[in-house]
Amino acid sequence: MTSSQEATNHPEKPRIATVSLAGCFGCHMSILDIDERILALAEIVDFARSPINDYKTFDGRCTVGIIEGGCCNEENVHVLEDFRKNCDVLVSLGDCAINGGIPAMRNNIPLRECLEEAYLKSPGVYNPSGTIPNDEELPLLLNRVYPCNEVVKIDHFIPGCPPPADAIFEVLSALLAGRTPAIAYGDLKYD
Amino acid sequence: MKHIEFTIDGKTMTAKPGQTILKAAEAHGVYIPHLCAYKDLIPHGSCRVCSVRCNGRIQAACVQTVSEGMIVENDTPEIHEFRKAILDMLFVEGNHFCMFCEKSGQCELQALAYRFGITAPQFPLLEPERELDMSHPDVYLDHNRCILCGRCVRVSQDLDNKNCFQFVGRGHRKRLKVNGEALAETDLRVTDAVVASCPVGALMKKRVGYAIPIGERHFDQQPIGHAIEEKNS
Amino acid sequence: MKQALATVVQEICKKYDFDKQRMMDIVLGVQGRFGCISVEAMDLIAEMVGSHRVEVESVVTFYSFLSLKPQGKVVIRLCDDIVDWMKGYDAVADAMSKALGITMGETTSDGAITLTKTPCIGMSDQAPAALVNDVVVTNLSPERAQDLIHNLRRHLDPQQLVTTVGDGNHSHPLIRSMVRNNIRRRGPVHFADFEAGQALKATLAMDPEAVIATIRASRLRGRGGAGFATGLKWELCRNTPSDRRYVLCNADEGEPGTFKDRVLLTECAAQVFEGMTIAGYAIGADTGIVYLRGEYAYLRPYLEQVLEERRANGLLGRQIQGHPSFHFDIRIQMGAGAYVCGEETALISSCEGHRGDPKNRPPFPPQCGYLDRPTIVNNVESFSAAARIMLKGAPWFEAIGSERTTGTKLLSVSGDCRKPGVYEVPFGISAREVLELAEADNPGAVLIGGPCRQMLGPDRFSGRICYDDLATGGAFIIFNRARNKLAIAERYLDFFIDESCGHCTPCRVGLQLLKNLVHKVVTGAGEPSDLAEMRRLSNIIIQTSRCGLGQAAPNPVLGALENFSALYTDLVSERSPGLLSTFDLSRAVVDAELRVGRQSKYV
Repeated sequence: MTSSQEATNHPEKPRIATVSLAGCFGCHMSILDIDERILALAEIVDFARSPINDYKTFDGRCTVGIIEGGCCNEENVHVLEDFRKNCDVLVSLGDCAINGGIPAMRNNIPLRECLEEAYLKSPGVYNPSGTIPNDEELPLLLNRVYPCNEVVKIDHFIPGCPPPADAIFEVLSALLAGRTPAIAYGDLKYD
Repeated sequence: MKHIEFTIDGKTMTAKPGQTILKAAEAHGVYIPHLCAYKDLIPHGSCRVCSVRCNGRIQAACVQTVSEGMIVENDTPEIHEFRKAILDMLFVEGNHFCMFCEKSGQCELQALAYRFGITAPQFPLLEPERELDMSHPDVYLDHNRCILCGRCVRVSQDLDNKNCFQFVGRGHRKRLKVNGEALAETDLRVTDAVVASCPVGALMKKRVGYAIPIGERHFDQQPIGHAIEEKNS
Repeated sequence: MKQALATVVQEICKKYDFDKQRMMDIVLGVQGRFGCISVEAMDLIAEMVGSHRVEVESVVTFYSFLSLKPQGKVVIRLCDDIVDWMKGYDAVADAMSKALGITMGETTSDGAITLTKTPCIGMSDQAPAALVNDVVVTNLSPERAQDLIHNLRRHLDPQQLVTTVGDGNHSHPLIRSMVRNNIRRRGPVHFADFEAGQALKATLAMDPEAVIATIRASRLRGRGGAGFATGLKWELCRNTPSDRRYVLCNADEGEPGTFKDRVLLTECAAQVFEGMTIAGYAIGADTGIVYLRGEYAYLRPYLEQVLEERRANGLLGRQIQGHPSFHFDIRIQMGAGAYVCGEETALISSCEGHRGDPKNRPPFPPQCGYLDRPTIVNNVESFSAAARIMLKGAPWFEAIGSERTTGTKLLSVSGDCRKPGVYEVPFGISAREVLELAEADNPGAVLIGGPCRQMLGPDRFSGRICYDDLATGGAFIIFNRARNKLAIAERYLDFFIDESCGHCTPCRVGLQLLKNLVHKVVTGAGEPSDLAEMRRLSNIIIQTSRCGLGQAAPNPVLGALENFSALYTDLVSERSPGLLSTFDLSRAVVDAELRVGRQSKYV
């Protein structure tokens, strides 16, 4: 992986940031699944803030920001806003970022019921204190899970659960080359 | 029998008297995307996916019959925009979780969205509260996925000679209803033609989900309409 | 109880020959007896007429006035149309809620009174108004509303609320209503003297083709608003081979702000029925149906009596006026609260005992209509005009009006003016002249033709009322300069969303999306691109919807965008990058904050 040191040495190199919000990291696995092409990609871009290199803050402007997952809590919103401010182009990667995905199945159930089901009522719960976790460090949950494009402006979308690696590679290549992405028929998937 | 001449996107073709644009086009290897139209049932004209510009006016190709000299526009940017918007309306109206739906890869709504290259819905999700009816031993009805196309209503009446389904309510409150309190109260059998007629994952057989491996499902390799268009090439 | 239900349902079904095509009458009959159509009642009806419960349920759930659940003995339907709203709906609704101790949509705990709202009931000239069961109460104020509830609580008899009766036939023992005609201008077509049977006599002296030729020569066009040539419609119907044909009269006057058919039916019923009879002769029909909107149920007993008189006088029935082969009769089909049934194919569906879904066209009704037979559907006013034409001749009629739109038009004038009411004016009159006649109060906009058309500003007041310029089915709603046109557009959109049949996607879903977009802009969260999106989405809905409702529903919004664009552009602004204006973190975390008892650190 490139380091931030190298990035500043090559200011002309486009920088990519990625994050997983309310997702399962499956989309990030799919990024890695572009296999050896990631080496070619690493030649032409630098990875900035990303779980791939474990950089947790922005240290400069990025060309592309890739978002996995929707927004289920206040921190997700904060991070997404930060991405919008620091990236020229934002890409929603995967169904959760695009329409909330599996986490959004709770959207028609009141938050209280969700928490009680998870921590108190559902079979197999061992919770003798009967409390619902409430540490200061825990971000507050939102009333529903929001698709990213309902929180900030999103420029491109790569659907799938997870999106095929070829779809990710195509969109990234296109954006870096300044052309409009065109995902091939077999790589456009919602599952 | 006398044949009627008309054109689709400038290409001259013929139709039988009384034939709809949709059927006449298919006979000539031209696919007009559609959802509520199904086999030889009386067309419903409700989804509007098959909208075409016909002598200057937008008409549903499943309903409109061909007339002499008719000029039909099917494959134009305007029509594409309309169809994409309508498909997106159907997506945001319900709760479609393709990632775990057993119909994925076989779903006609999904396949149409693939065909039109839709990567994300252009409208905000409406996220309605809908019910899931698991009462029947062999079939379930998930209203989250229902697109109100009316295929089941007509197939149950016309092919199965039953009356298991009908629409109730109107406007945005319109929904599918079974004849009774729940599906188990109807005389629906898993062998009825209606079960296979649902274009989406709303009416589904139990215990047979995910049977076809990814990559081999109906729309994994070729877009919907491919079989019709193949005849043209 | 169960036995009683079965007996009554059987009795009602029998009255209609166990004919499922009379489903509307059957379910209305059952609701009339039991206050609702319960699951048990639906099962019984289905069994007796050879249908299925879900088919009955499909009909019952379509119409606003039909209910699956028990309602109060008295149901108050307060009209929440725009004009009522301008005249004080909110305060009246509030007064009623307070007096009853319930909110809108609820029933008092003793099961006596239900309070609900309903779109335009055809009383815009005497708004705010309400239906109390079938009884119309008008010119409501908070004080009057309070009194009304107080009295109703005492006797639960809506008819007792009528203490003073309106003018004209409103004092007729079979009407006895406080409604007023408010006829402000009488013209020669509808409000001149009319002697029952005379127009028919002139008609039966000709052969049917000559009758159609006369109507064609008069260049009468449909008065419902679409303006299809009446004579041509009759001719198409006559020329379609069939064993039977039907004459349908569209008295489902639901376009908000329209009430002229109410006045015609109250004062000129004989002329309307005579027009239908003439049409029956012309097209070769023996049956006519008046589809009367549920809101006008208070007129039904009177109309039935007019029909009865006509039968007694040989103007309906067999061998009319001694003509050996002309037999014709008329029945009244009640509607039950569905605006879309004013669309002619939906009206036919409803008459056939179905949901009021419009039908796919083609075929058009003159080729294939009621019970799949050739059918003409004409507006109440069109039949009234046809009768006068047969009496006075086509040249007489053609001499009235503008060059290309002949005859007179009944306008229903309401809103911000001193003289709301019905005006019979010659076609070609300018909007400004009507505003002057009605003594409009500082008019800033006028909605001619109702919300299915576009609202016009003062720059268009010189436009003329005719089919080539300002076409209208009759509504003429005046808004003064202080009125919020965007709020009006949004409310009309709500109306269409509620009244859509839900059959086709663009109307059912697209209108909800459009509403959300309008709301976004009206609440100040919009960006300039949202205005373009409103236009784009409106166009998609207009182009791809199946019937006239969806094709017209975006018009209030488009009209406001086109004719009052500054109002919208003032509300939108470019946003800085970051959180979208529609996303409100403080609202999104409010549930969690309440749950865990601490504040978000990001708000």
